[in-house]
Amino acid sequence: MAKRGFDIRKLRGFSGIAMTCFVMLYMPIVLLVVYSFNAGTSVAIWEGFSWRWYVSAWDNEMVQEATVRSLIIALSAAAIATTAAVLAALATTRNRKFRGQTAIFALIHQPLMVPEIVTAVALLIFFATIKVATGYTGLMYLIIAHSAFCIPFAYLPIRARLQGMDLSLEQAAADLYATPFQVFRRVTLPQLWPGILAGAMLAFVISLDDVVITEFVKSAGQDTLPTYMLGQLRRVVTPEINAISTVLLMISVLMVIAYTLLSRTKK
Amino acid sequence: MTKAITAQSLRKVYPGNPPVEALASIDVEIQDNEFFTLLGPSGCGKTTLLRLIAGFEHPTSGKLDMFGESLLDAPPYKRPINTVFQNYALFPHMTVAENIAFGLQMLGTPKASVNATVGEMMELVQMSHLADRQTGQISGGQQQRVALARALAPRPKILLLDEPLSALDFKLRKQMQLELKRLQTETGITFIFVTHDQEEALTMSDRIAVMSNGAIRQIGRPREIYDRPADRFVADFIGDTNFLPAEVISNSGEVTRLRLSSGQEVDAHARDGAQGKVTLALRPEHAELTDDGAGLLAGTLREVVYFGTDTHFHVTLDDGSDFVLRRQNSPADGNDFATGDRVGLTFPAGAAQVLRD
Ligand SMILES: Nc1ncnc2c1ncn2[C@@H]1O[C@H](COP(=O)(O)OP(=O)(O)OP(=O)(O)O)[C@@H](O)[C@H]1O
Ligand SMILES: [Mg+2]
Repeated sequence: MAKRGFDIRKLRGFSGIAMTCFVMLYMPIVLLVVYSFNAGTSVAIWEGFSWRWYVSAWDNEMVQEATVRSLIIALSAAAIATTAAVLAALATTRNRKFRGQTAIFALIHQPLMVPEIVTAVALLIFFATIKVATGYTGLMYLIIAHSAFCIPFAYLPIRARLQGMDLSLEQAAADLYATPFQVFRRVTLPQLWPGILAGAMLAFVISLDDVVITEFVKSAGQDTLPTYMLGQLRRVVTPEINAISTVLLMISVLMVIAYTLLSRTKK
Repeated sequence: MTKAITAQSLRKVYPGNPPVEALASIDVEIQDNEFFTLLGPSGCGKTTLLRLIAGFEHPTSGKLDMFGESLLDAPPYKRPINTVFQNYALFPHMTVAENIAFGLQMLGTPKASVNATVGEMMELVQMSHLADRQTGQISGGQQQRVALARALAPRPKILLLDEPLSALDFKLRKQMQLELKRLQTETGITFIFVTHDQEEALTMSDRIAVMSNGAIRQIGRPREIYDRPADRFVADFIGDTNFLPAEVISNSGEVTRLRLSSGQEVDAHARDGAQGKVTLALRPEHAELTDDGAGLLAGTLREVVYFGTDTHFHVTLDDGSDFVLRRQNSPADGNDFATGDRVGLTFPAGAAQVLRD
């Protein structure tokens, strides 16, 4: 047989390294999921199958409150971030090049570049000042903070979709007497939907999962699911944590699958 | 006659590195109710001129008027001009019928009237049976017909057609050519039609503008363009042409007396007072073959190619240049000329055209 070109799979030790990586990545998660069904109170000693920790989490008022709070924040943040992302994407792809466009890119992507802990501290100080000045201590701070760091995640798929769109369609609509707003409503938006949904879901998952910024920004009694779990870990660890994590994992996996399906371009 | 479009020193440079001068300096007047064709090779600026008229691009300089009023400040959606795009640009998320209805809906036409017009248009382009198809699920030729119907439905004052028939097969193309021509005459809409198919241009147009490299080389009726090409580019681009060197002896008005390379003299047609050495253009079907050296030019018959309706004779002239002559076949024709024969060429006074340099 003729000699083949370089094939990484043939490299000695490659499959070993690959296997190790997979095991290290997924083994802990598999264990986490398995032990969420543990009948005993340990996260390390298997004592038989049971749904008890799912029931226990479901009945836990703290978990219920944290879940509702997480959902409110994630949904609001996803909505706000997606709206802002759509406007930003339109401004950066459907306009003539304008002065400062690069600066705008940098601004939009700020959350991806600045270390999260720095943003968290900055927000803590900034919001503290406002809290003192206004006396308001509600959820808005968390929603605003989450919206801000979700924008780049919502922005990326929307921008990709806009750039992939045929500009001549919008010109054709304008040619057929559609005002700029009608062009957006009747031609741009219907084609942008998959990108918008994808962006919103990505933003939702990112918000749902955040610990660092939430931990710094939240007021007393404003635990979200992740910060509640972090708090619990400092005390007794029961498989209840595993159960909550498994549910979060399921939500994320479903979102990612939906995201992949939506962002796949039709051919 | 009113002028639908007037362009004066219209220039378009696409910014970039280096910038592209797509239109150098266009001067053209397009009459209302006219079937006006822009003809030229790929990249000569035809689409750019249409885009300026439609309003998708802004000219770098120059004037552009529609019915005597400047177009330059009107956005595309305020111009009563519709376009059949070179790439169709149908809305993929709408059906065939919804695409055709779009313009009328944007104009706020009542629903019943929209439906009636859409039905009419679909019949016209023979797409009624596919009214509810998504536009992604029809063939290229069908898309082209939908694009045409969509642009016609709002009854624009001016219709811009960017190679609207290029994706159709021969038969449908011929049929649509007639249909378009009929439509244009009936509706009185001014058509500005882009093509690089010279035959299409010659058969359909009231007038043709031949373009190259961002400039208009000649504007005229099809016959004028064909019989009286202004310069070498036009003569070469439209139809087949023989180019002959000649020298001006005298000229009076449009008739010029010339001496050919063979020393013979002939009258030819010239636009303006040509002097000295010039180039003559002569269509292959305007010359006749004669026996051995008789006539205006002499040479050797190199090749005879039979084409069914006509025969092409390739002659090498005594000055070394090539000449092609075309003769319509008739049953009476025998094998009167054979390869290698010594032959002569002749053509009537006025058949040849003196080209501008
Ligand atoms: N958006 C653009 N930016 C830069 N250059 C462009 C742009 N559009 C067209 N051009 C250039 O301008 C010139 C004229 O282009 P245009 O599309 O008008 O040609 P055309 O006559 O329509 O050609 P075709 O018959 O191939 O459609 C070409 O050299 C082309 O490369
Ligand atoms: Mg073109």
